[in-house]
This record gives sequence, structure tokens and C-alpha cells, in this order.
Amino acid sequence: MVGVPALVALTLLLAGLGGVGLVAIALGRFPGVARCAVYGLSAALCAAMAGIAGVFLLDPASDTQTLELPFGIPTVGAHLRLDPLSAFFLMLIGGIGALCSIYGESYGRHDSEPLRILPFYPVFLAGMGLVTLADDVFVFLLAWELMSLASWLMVLGGKRDGITLQAAYLYLLMAMGGTLALVGAFALMSSESESYVFSTFRAQTFPSLTASAVIVLTVIGAGAKAGFVPLHVWLPRAHPVAPSHVSALMSGVMTKIALYGLIRVGFDLVGLPEGWWGGLLLVVGGVTAVAGLLYAMVQTDLKETLAYSTIKNVGIIAIGLGLALAFRAYGLHVLAGVALIAALFHILNHALFKSLLFLGAGAVVQATGTRNIEQMGGLGRRMPATAAFFFIGSVAISALPPFNGFVSEWLTFQALLGGVALPVWTLRLATPVVAALVALSAALAAMAFVRLYGVVFLGRPRDPAAARARDVGIGMLGPMAILAGACLVLGIVPLGGLVVLRPVMIELLPRSGAALAASDVLTLVPLAASGSAYSGVLLVGVLLVLGLGALGVVRVLAGRACVRRGPAWDCGFPSDDPSAQYSAASFAQPVRRVLGGLVFGIRDVVTMPPPGSMRAAVHKVTLDDRLWKGLYARLGWGVHRLAVEADRARQMTIRHYLMIMFGLTLALLFLVAVTA
Amino acid sequence: MTLFSLALDVAHVGLTVAVAPLLTGWVRWVKARLTLRRGPSPFQPYRDLRRLLRKDIVLADSVSWVFIATPFVLFAIMALAACLVPTFTPSLALAPTSDLITLVALLGLARFMLALAGMDAGTSFGGLGSSREMLIATLAEPAMLMVVFSVALMAHTTALPNVALFVLAHPPVFHISLVLALSALVLVALAENARIPIDNPTTHLELTMVHEAMILEYTGPHLALIEAAAMIKLTLYVALIACLFAPWGMATDLSDARVVALGIGTYLGKLAVAGTALAVFETGIAKMRVFRYPEFLGTALLMGLLAIVFLYVNQVVS
Repeated sequence: MVGVPALVALTLLLAGLGGVGLVAIALGRFPGVARCAVYGLSAALCAAMAGIAGVFLLDPASDTQTLELPFGIPTVGAHLRLDPLSAFFLMLIGGIGALCSIYGESYGRHDSEPLRILPFYPVFLAGMGLVTLADDVFVFLLAWELMSLASWLMVLGGKRDGITLQAAYLYLLMAMGGTLALVGAFALMSSESESYVFSTFRAQTFPSLTASAVIVLTVIGAGAKAGFVPLHVWLPRAHPVAPSHVSALMSGVMTKIALYGLIRVGFDLVGLPEGWWGGLLLVVGGVTAVAGLLYAMVQTDLKETLAYSTIKNVGIIAIGLGLALAFRAYGLHVLAGVALIAALFHILNHALFKSLLFLGAGAVVQATGTRNIEQMGGLGRRMPATAAFFFIGSVAISALPPFNGFVSEWLTFQALLGGVALPVWTLRLATPVVAALVALSAALAAMAFVRLYGVVFLGRPRDPAAARARDVGIGMLGPMAILAGACLVLGIVPLGGLVVLRPVMIELLPRSGAALAASDVLTLVPLAASGSAYSGVLLVGVLLVLGLGALGVVRVLAGRACVRRGPAWDCGFPSDDPSAQYSAASFAQPVRRVLGGLVFGIRDVVTMPPPGSMRAAVHKVTLDDRLWKGLYARLGWGVHRLAVEADRARQMTIRHYLMIMFGLTLALLFLVAVTA
Repeated sequence: MTLFSLALDVAHVGLTVAVAPLLTGWVRWVKARLTLRRGPSPFQPYRDLRRLLRKDIVLADSVSWVFIATPFVLFAIMALAACLVPTFTPSLALAPTSDLITLVALLGLARFMLALAGMDAGTSFGGLGSSREMLIATLAEPAMLMVVFSVALMAHTTALPNVALFVLAHPPVFHISLVLALSALVLVALAENARIPIDNPTTHLELTMVHEAMILEYTGPHLALIEAAAMIKLTLYVALIACLFAPWGMATDLSDARVVALGIGTYLGKLAVAGTALAVFETGIAKMRVFRYPEFLGTALLMGLLAIVFLYVNQVVS
């Protein structure tokens, strides 16, 4: 950038985004104009933000920039800082934000009450951006809450019904609890260093106990927002009820900003990690990765399934971060670099394909008018473009080559294989177990997305609305096409992601320079010594040659054969009834029965009519979310009891109050007498 | 990549693709003999494929591009995988471009496509097969990863040629981890190739079928490609087991024609031995109920984990 430093420009852009929210209110009387203005301006500002952040990140000459503004706590001011880590996340917010804004312009066209979303949308984007630039406690927490509350308002703005209200209420509670934990973490660091500014935290060496407490509180605080099990309960309820482009931003980007908080504190602020921090994240990540998909498998709501799969991916990222912390704690810098790149790459990849899938889901929901996948089917032939993009997203999220999801999970596996170098027994034994969990979660993801794509886009329509569905317009398809293209390009040429991620790695782990250094355009090489490599270009090239070769051979050999269309054979017993197809529930049945017992108390009851009776047999499945019943329902009950007791105290007579005050005075006097 | 190594890779793939139907035919022939039937000639699969390739294609009304693309994708993936698994020589041009994990993921992509194709026609049989196939994959994949892990711990790499060279460079020793990892891989291979006791490759029109249920709607050349892909997959798994645990006989010196011939000869010998063993095993055992798969593949997972634990113990002792 010539003249204006990048940080100043980015701050102005964020302020501009905040201002766009006011534009929405000012144009409230003209909803159509307001919609175009808000989404158009948001898209432009986000694109500019991504551009500036990208230039900053790719320019080797750029240096960390700081800015002090006369706002915030008196005598402290507001501190902003731009470094490669924040630039990477700003790129993510800007890029995905711009695409979601373009999509939102078309998607929101049929919205009857656009003003329930419009003013909060740009503020949400600005809040997320400000989190990454914050360099003191006050600005960080302010931005964090801005992001939480703006997204909460948009969850609330989705529809006027009980489910939405419930989801929004739960979200607000969990967001407040998470922020409380973060306040605790920052308070510990502030009291130790007697400052609110991050730069003093960096210079400070915290005592082991304080640092550990800070990490635990940050894992809780950031984890509540990112969706670590068991703090995930709000996520699959709140993300789906918002409009689809907002769901995409919440699932694809906001969970990543939560992880940014964890990375900022864990790798930058508290100093050298201890070994067990990594272990904590490994365990949390492994459980989160598997549990998220087990939940996803039994959902019949399209967007809810996607939200649960977000939880799985957050788990994979947590595993990568945990490994990086563990390797760093024991001085294995190069392996730490590989693990950190794996986590950051998965952050980038998940942001891309989860946004893509939510945008695709939005198109499907708009075309069919329902979120229930049991009423869909056969949409692949009616919405071919949406289906193609959703297909790419599904393959990518199932961690299959040649798409980007595979690259980051492959790197995670490579880092896990390095776990043998750890000097601690527990961690060394934990890595293969975690690897098995990651493999299980990858296979479950493939199953969940075969189920999702198969039930929604393949087969025959299960509902007249699905049979009438039409593909959406270019305004919605365009952003999806760009995201799908990015998924493919990053899968074939991972170097494209690596050039952005390596500056971040060097910043956070300065001694990890050798990690992935041997990679080039053709191949990805995590560690030069091991000889393991991945080359997307060659794989895809050979695959294309072989596939086309097979096509040619068939063409030549089957020259005279012709292609006919006919009814499905189905072993000679075809049924015209579309409900005879395998449904989403029946597809999930084997896995529900085999693995579902872990998280659900599942009861499958089949009631057969007595012999001779013509009544239908009844198959009833009841699901109990054990976590909800065991933890949250009890917690809610406890709070309720407390409130009842407090209410009783409120209704006491004046005599009782006087007695309490007298007793309290006596007790205080006694305390003074004893201590004096 | 020189012209010679390119030619070698082509020959390598060609050999695996060419012998794959023979291996399947051989297994069927031995099974027939073991059950006192004469059985078709081991070369019957070639004739079957040729017959299918000449037939017309009938597509179900409701199918989309997924159904039509899957046979080609499947065949291409299996042929590509054949480039990546060393058979008669570890010096392959393409092998360094990917490793064992990539290979597992490529096979996962093939399964993903086939499961989708099973659901495309909108029939109940297809969906049933897809659902069960994905369940088996869910159970088999962690076990497979444990095998990858134990191999990587021994050889310090996941690149297949390097593993083969590592095993070749070390004297054959009996190690409990090797036995456990090998057993785990054999169990996974049985499940992945739809063999007894997980699936029965000879049943049709029964509720027990998994792989056959997914491909019910395929006809003509499409079916031929899918059958060929399944045959290559079986050969691949045998080659993989041989490469990881018994690479002896592989030609490391390609300038000597006799060494190369010996490599090809031992490779074919390994295939014949594995085929016979498979036929004997399948003849002696019954198919399992679907909900006993977790026990079968759970055993594989446990053996893989134990292999790793014993490797760690070994490191500490020595």
C-alpha cells in the first residue's frame, strides 16, 4: 500500500461496515433499496478488506502494524494491531463475506421483513473483523460481543416462531457464558501484568498455574462459540434458523473467529505452552469430531445436519491446534509447524466448503420451501447447477481427494504420525487413538454426506413441491461457483493455500521454518525426511487420462450398443410410490444402531399385529439426547430451583428481613472482632 | 520422468489390470473345486466382461449424471491406485506422488461415488446397499488407519515404495506387531472387497447383499467397468498386503531382465497363493449377520491398536 498503512485502511473499512448498518435503518422505508445498498456496500467493503489483508500477507516486506485510538477505557485507549494471523482471518471474513453478501442480495428478495436482518448484517461482519484487529482486552471483548449480539439478532430475525425464540435464547445464554469465561481468562492475565494491553501480555512470563487457568478458561470461552462438545448445544439450533447466507457466515466464519481467539491466546499471549494443554485439546477435539457427526446422522433437517458437521470440523481443527501446542511444548518445532498449518488449512477449507454447502442448502430451501430432507429427492435433475456445487462441497467436506478437505485432513494425519516423537507416554499413546477417531469421523462424514446428497438430489421426488423445484438465479449460483472452484483449486494445488499460511506459521512458531518448506506447485511435502508426499495435479491428471481412456475403450468396444431409458428394475419389484425409496432415516439406521448408543439412548420398538390381523405393524424410534438430559436439563432445573428459593425470600415479611439484617450485623461484628 | 519409467508405469498398471479378472476367476475355480463342482474356467471373467461390453445400456428413468459417471470414475480410480501400489518393482514413477493415506482416501472416493450411484435410481435395494456399504466403511476405516500407523511407526514413512524398500533392507523377523497389523489388514481387506463373512460375492436377490445391491441397476458396458473395478480392487489389496508385509522378490535392479522376470513371477505367485487362501477361507466360513460387523471390524481395530502399543513397548525395551 502506498501512503495509507494497511491497518488504517482496514480500520476505516470496518467503520464503514458499521456505518452501512445505519444506512439500512435510514433507508428503512424502501426495503428494496435498503437491501441492494446494504448487500452491495457490504460486498464492496468486504472485497476491499480481503484484498488489503491479502496484499499485506503476501508481501514479504510487510511488517506488523499497530494503531492507538483515543476510545475505550480512559488512559488506556483502544489498541489495534495487524499481523499475519489477523490478516489471514481478515482475508477469510472479507472473501466469504463478499460472496455471502452477493448471494444475500438475491436470497433476501423474497423476504417479507428485510429490516429484521439488514441493519445487523454489516455490523456482524464489522464485529468479526474487529476481533482479529483487537490488541487490548477492552476492544477484543467489545468486538466479541458485537459479533455475538449481531448474530443473535439475526437468529432472532429469521422467523417468528417458538423454535426460533428458543434457539435464540439458548444462543444468548451460551454466548454470555462463553464471554464470562473469556473475561476470566483476560482478568487473570491483566492482574498478573497490571495492564489491559496485549503487548504487555506478550512480554510477560506468566506463572504456570495462571497460564494453565487462562488456557482452560479460553478453551471454554472460545469453545462455547466454536462448538466444542459438550458446549455445542446451541450451535445446531441457532445456525440453521438464520437466513442461509447468515448461517453460512456463522458456521463458516464465526466459528473460526472463535478459534482465532484460542490461537491468539494459546500461541501468542500466554507464552510457552505446557504439554498437557495440547492433550486437553486433543481429547476435546477427538470427542467433538466424532460426536458432531453422530448427531448429524440422525437429523432430517438439511441445515441442522450441516450445522452438526461444523462441530465435527471444529474438532479436527482443535486436534491440529492441540498437536501444535504439544509439539511446541516439547521443542519439536518443525512438527509443530506441520500441525499448525494443518489446523489453519482446515480453518480455510472448512470456511470455503461449509459456506458453499449452506448457500446450496439455501437454494434448495428456497426452491422447495422446506428444510426437511424427507420431503426432497430427485433435485439433481431439476436444479443441476446447485446439485453440482453441492456435490463438490460434499466430496470436499468428506475429506476425499482431489478436493481441499482431503489436503488438510491428510496434513492432520501426517502431524498425528509425528506424535511418536513426543517424549510423554500419555500423549504418545493418545495420538494413534485420536488418529482412529479422526478416521472414524472422516468415514462418518462420507456416510452423512452420501445420505444428504443421495436423499436430497438423487432418486425420485418425495413431495410435489420437490417435483416442481427450479434452479436458482445467477446471483445465488455465482458465489457458489466461486467457492466450489476454490475448493477444487486448493485441493489440486495446495501451494495456493500454503503461501498464505506459511507467514502465519512463521509468526507464531518462528523456529518451524523447515515445515512444508520442500513443497512446490506439484507436490505437498510435510517433512522432507519422511518421503511422504501428496501431488494433487498428478493424481487428477492421471485420473482424467484413465477415465477418458476407459470412456474411449467402451466407445470402441460397445460401438453398436445403444442407450435406452426405462423404469428402474429393482429386482423385478419396482414401486411407483416414491416413499418406497430408502429414506434418510432408513439410511442412518445401521449406524444409529451400531454407534448411536454412545450419545443417544435409542429405543427401536417394533409392534407386530397378531396373526390374522390386518393392522399395520408399527416401528417406533425414540431418541434421547443423553448429554442434554444429563447436563443441560439438570443445570436448567438447578437454576429454576434457585430462582424459586430466591422468590421465596422476596415474599418474606418485614420481620424476617429485620431478623436477617440483625443476624448479618452480628456476624460481621464477630468477623471484625476475630480478625482485629 | 524419463520415457523408460513412464513405460514401466504403463506396464505396471497394464499387468495389474490384465491379471485382475484371472485372480477373480481363479478364486471362483478353487472354490468350485473345494465344493466338488467342476466350476467355470479361471478365464471365464474375461469372457463375461467382453459379453457385457457388447450389450446395450438401459438407464432407469430417474438417474442423473452421478449414475452414468460412476463406472468411469470407479475404473479410473482403481487403475490409478494400481499405479500407486508397487507390485513387481518398488521403482515406480507415480508412486512418490502419494502415500498410503492418499490410497485409502482414493478408495474412499470410489466408495462415495458407488454409494451415491446406488441411491440414484430411487429404489429400496440400492439405498440399502449404499447404507450398509457406508456402515462397513465407517467401521473399517479406523482399523485401516491403525495399520497405516503401525507401518509408519516401523518404516518412518507412509510412502509405499519406501516401506517396501525398508522391509527389503531388513532381515525378515517375526514380530508380534507385524502379525497383528497383518491380521488387521486382512480383516479390513475382506470387508472392503465384499467377501465372506461380510458380504457374499455370489448372492443375488437376497437381503444379505451389499455390493451387489448397489449395482443392481447397472447394465452392459457400465456393469463391465464396475465389475472390472471390483476385480482390480481385490488384486490391489493382495498387492498392498504383499508390498507391506512380504515384498520379497521385488525387482530393485531394473537393468537386469532376469531380476525383472523373477519379480513378475513372484508377484503372480503371490496372487495365486492369496487367491487360494481366500477361496479356502470363504469355503470354510459362513456369512455374518449385518449387526455382527462391528465385532468383526472392532477386532481389526483392536489388533491395529495393539500392534502400535507393542511397537511402543518394543522401543522402550530396546
